[in-house]
Amino acid sequence: MRKLVAALLLPWAWAIAENPRTLAIRNAKIVTVSGPVVNKGTVVVRNGLIEAVGENAPIPAGAWTIDGEGMTIYPGLIDSLSTVGIPSLAPAAGRGGRGQAAASPTPATTPATAVAPAAPPAKGPEDRPATTSWVLAADEIDPSDRRIESVRSAGFTTAVTFPARGIFGGQGSIIDLVSAERAGEMVVVPAVGQYLAVSRGGTAFGGFGAGFPNALMGYIAYIRQVYLDAEHYKLVKEAYARDPRGMERPEYDRALEGVLESKRILLPANRLVEMDRMLRFAAELKQPVILYGMREAYRAEAAPLLKKYGSPVLVSLHWSEPPRDPDPEAERTMRSLEDVDQGPAAPSLLQKAGVPFALYSDGLDQPRDLQRAVKKAIDAGLARQDAIRALTLSPAEIYGVADRMGSIAVGKIANLVVTKGDLFYDHTQIEMIFVDGKQYKPAAEQPADGGRGANEEPGVSQ
Amino acid sequence: MRKFWVAALVTLAPLYAENIVIQNATIMTVTKGTLQGSVVIKDGKIAEVGEKVMMPQNATIIDAAGQYVIPSIIDCHSHIAVDGNINEGSVAVSSMVNIKDVINPEDIAIYRALAGGVTTANILHGSANPIGGQTIVLKMRWGKDAQGMIFEGAVPGIKFALGENPKRPGNPPFSRGIRPTVPARYPATRMGVEDTIREALNEAKAYKAEWDEYAAKVARGEHPIPPRKDLKLEPLKEVLEGKRYVHAHCYREDEILMLLRVADDYGFKIRTLQHVLEGYKVAAEIAASGTGASTFSDWYAFKIEANDAIPYNAAIMQKKGVLVSLNSDDAELMRHLNTEAAKAMKYGGVSETDALAMVTINPARQLGIDNRVGSIEVGKDADLAIYDKDPLSDYAKVEKVLIDGRVYFDRESDLSGRPAKALEKQKLIDKEKQSRPRPSGGRRPIG
Repeated sequence: MRKLVAALLLPWAWAIAENPRTLAIRNAKIVTVSGPVVNKGTVVVRNGLIEAVGENAPIPAGAWTIDGEGMTIYPGLIDSLSTVGIPSLAPAAGRGGRGQAAASPTPATTPATAVAPAAPPAKGPEDRPATTSWVLAADEIDPSDRRIESVRSAGFTTAVTFPARGIFGGQGSIIDLVSAERAGEMVVVPAVGQYLAVSRGGTAFGGFGAGFPNALMGYIAYIRQVYLDAEHYKLVKEAYARDPRGMERPEYDRALEGVLESKRILLPANRLVEMDRMLRFAAELKQPVILYGMREAYRAEAAPLLKKYGSPVLVSLHWSEPPRDPDPEAERTMRSLEDVDQGPAAPSLLQKAGVPFALYSDGLDQPRDLQRAVKKAIDAGLARQDAIRALTLSPAEIYGVADRMGSIAVGKIANLVVTKGDLFYDHTQIEMIFVDGKQYKPAAEQPADGGRGANEEPGVSQ
Repeated sequence: MRKFWVAALVTLAPLYAENIVIQNATIMTVTKGTLQGSVVIKDGKIAEVGEKVMMPQNATIIDAAGQYVIPSIIDCHSHIAVDGNINEGSVAVSSMVNIKDVINPEDIAIYRALAGGVTTANILHGSANPIGGQTIVLKMRWGKDAQGMIFEGAVPGIKFALGENPKRPGNPPFSRGIRPTVPARYPATRMGVEDTIREALNEAKAYKAEWDEYAAKVARGEHPIPPRKDLKLEPLKEVLEGKRYVHAHCYREDEILMLLRVADDYGFKIRTLQHVLEGYKVAAEIAASGTGASTFSDWYAFKIEANDAIPYNAAIMQKKGVLVSLNSDDAELMRHLNTEAAKAMKYGGVSETDALAMVTINPARQLGIDNRVGSIEVGKDADLAIYDKDPLSDYAKVEKVLIDGRVYFDRESDLSGRPAKALEKQKLIDKEKQSRPRPSGGRRPIG
C-alpha cells in the first residue's frame, strides 16, 4: 500500500520539487560518524539518498553543486524521543521541566495529562484506562505542526515521535522532518515500539483522571495485567485459529492487539531506584526495553546496572537545574545538588561503561539551548564525536534503522546538517539542513517569549 | 576479567564474613532471660550467647560495657520506603497492587528507623480500601537495592481495612454543598465494607475453583487452555489457601467481630488486627480465634472511631491471651518504639520482658519470621540493637544496630561523619551559586 502511495506521489513530487534531484556539496569537512572524518571531500545526493561520499567522489553531470569551503557536514540529528508532528501533544510553554523537578528529593514522573481525551474514570484494569496501544504515531502526524520547522532548525532531520499520552500511549514512528504535504511522505518506519508512562500518584484521586490506577503500584499492576491478558489472548486466538469448531469465539481486543504488535517498550526511569525497578519489570514482562529519562545515570551504581541488563537508554538533554525562586526556608537535598552538578556527566560515564545510549532533546528545540545542553555533556567528559554519535548513529542503532540513517554512507537517506564551525560549540552556525535530500535553511531563532524553551517531556519530568 | 573478580568476591564473601563479639553487655534475650555476658556472631548469625563464650579467631570486638543488647525492633505496621501513593484508592478492592513493586530503598526514613533500633518492618498498603494491596516485610538494609531490602522467605501479606477509611470515598466531600468534588466509590457504610469483602472473596472462590478444575484436567492428561490470570484475585486465592497473611486495619469492637466471622465463613484466619483500639472489649474473642493484635500504645482520638481507646489496651489483650505487638504506622513514631513498649509497663503493668516482646518476638511471630528474628538465640539472624541505657528508659539512645551481623548504624560514626558531609554539601551549594548568574539550558517566558 505504501508503495502504491509512493508511486502515485512520485511524479507529483517531481513536478513541484523546488529542490534539484541531484546535488553535491564539495570541499567540505565530512563527519561521517560510521567511518573516518574526511577533511576535505564531497557528498553526492541523488533522489534523496547519499550516492557518494569521499575525498574524490565524482560529481555527476548536471548536479547542483554547493561549495562547502569552511563548512562541516554531519549526519542529520535524530531526536530519539519526541512528540514532534503531533501538534496536540506539544508541551505547554513554561511549565516546570526536569530541572525544576530536581528541587524535590523524589521528583515524580508524570505523563502529559493535559491533552488526554476525557473518558469516564476507569473502575479497574478491565476498563483499559489511558490505553491507546493500537495508535500509531504515523497515523497522527500532521505535517503542518509548527514544531517540525523549529526542531529541524536545530539540526534534527529525524524524530522518533510517540503518541505520548496515557499509560499505553501507542506506538512510535520514525519520521523525517521534511515539509510535506502528506504525513505519509515523512514516515520512515511506522512502528518502532510502545510508549509507556507511569505516574507516582498524588492525591486520593490523582493520576490520570479520577479512576484506576492512581498510585505508582497501580500503574505497575495495570501494565502487568495487560501483558498477562495479552499472553492469554494470544493463546486463545491461536487455539481458535487452529480449530474454531466447537470453540467460543474470542473477543477482539484492540488494546491487546496493539500491545502484541509492539516490538519493544519504552519505560520511564529517572532515579537509580526507577532504573532498577523498570529493568526488572521489563525482564519480568519479557519485553525488549528502552529506558528514558536517566537523570541519575551519573551515579556510580547506574552504569554497571544498565550494563548488566544490556538495555539501551535515552538520556534527556534537559539537565537538572537549581530550583527557580526557591523557598528560602527549604533545604536542598544533597541528591538534588548532585543532580545539578553531576547530571551532565552521565553520557560520558555511560560511554565509558559501554552502555548503548542516545541523547534526546526533551523539548529543547532552540538551536542555542540544544547546543548548550550537549556542550555541558562534552564539558563533563563526553568526547565530541561520541556526543555526535549519541544524536545520530546510536539512536539509529537503538531503533534498528542504522541500515538507512544515522551516518553519512553510500545508500543511506540523505539527511545532513551543514554547519560553519564544529557542532556543539557556543557559536556554531547551522547553514543548511538536508532531509531526504531536500534542502532547508534554518529558521530565525524564535524570540524568548515565543519559544517553548525548556518544558516537560511526557513521562519524564515533574 | 573484572567481572570474574566481582563474581568471585561475591561468592566468597560469606567465607570472609566478619566474626563479631559483643562483650560485657547486659543481654536482654527476650525469650531466654537477661544476662551479663557476650554475644558471638558468625556469618551473620548468632553463634553463642552466654556469660562466658568461646572467642572465635579474628573477631571484631564491640565492647558494650554498661550497655544493653536487645533483639532489634520489629515494626508490624509501617508505610516507609514506598515510592508514590501508599493507597491505590480508586477501587474498593485493590489487591492487584503490590508494595513489592514500589520499594524505595533510598527513603531516608529507613536510616532513621535504624537509628531507632528498628531492623524489620511490615510495609503495608494504606487503608483506603476494604481490601487493599499486597504487603511485604523488609529489613532496613540501608544502602542495598530494593531486592536487597526484602526479608527473604517471609510470608507475603495483604491489607484489609474496616470502618471510616474505606467507607470515606463513598461519602466524598462536597464543594459548596452542591456536588461532590470527586465521584463516590462504593462502599459508603460499614455494612458495605463487609459486603465488599464478601463479594471479593466469593469471586476469589470461583476463581480458585476455575484453576482447581484446570489443574485436575491437566492431571488427567488433557490439554485445556488455562484460565485468565487475574492479578486482583490471585492474592485472594492465596488468602483462601492460607498462603498469604491478612493484616486488617480496624478500630471498633463490632467491626472486629464482623471480620472474624467473615474469615470463619471463608475458612481462613486473620493474621493480625491492626490498630484494634477497641480490642480490649473483645479480647477473649480475638484470642479464641488465634488472631494477633498490633496496636498503638496511647495514640488515640484522632477520629471518632478511635475515641473509645485506652492505654491499657495492649496489656488487657495480652492478659486475655492475645499475641500483642505495638506498632508505629508512622515514620517518626517508628524511631522510638522502645518507649512505646515501656508505656505498656506504665499503664498495664506488664513485665519488662513482656513489654520488650511487644516490639520484638511478638511482631516476629505475627509475621511468621520468629524462626529468624525477634529474640537473641543461637542460630537466629544477628539483628541486634545496642542501647547505652536500659532500652525501656526514656533516656536510652541507640548506639549501634546490626543486621545479619553487619553494623548498619553506628551513632559515633554518624556523629563524627556529619561535619565532612556538611562541608561537601556546602561546596556544592557554593559552586551552584557561582554559576547562578547565567542560567543555562531552556529558556522560559518571564512572568
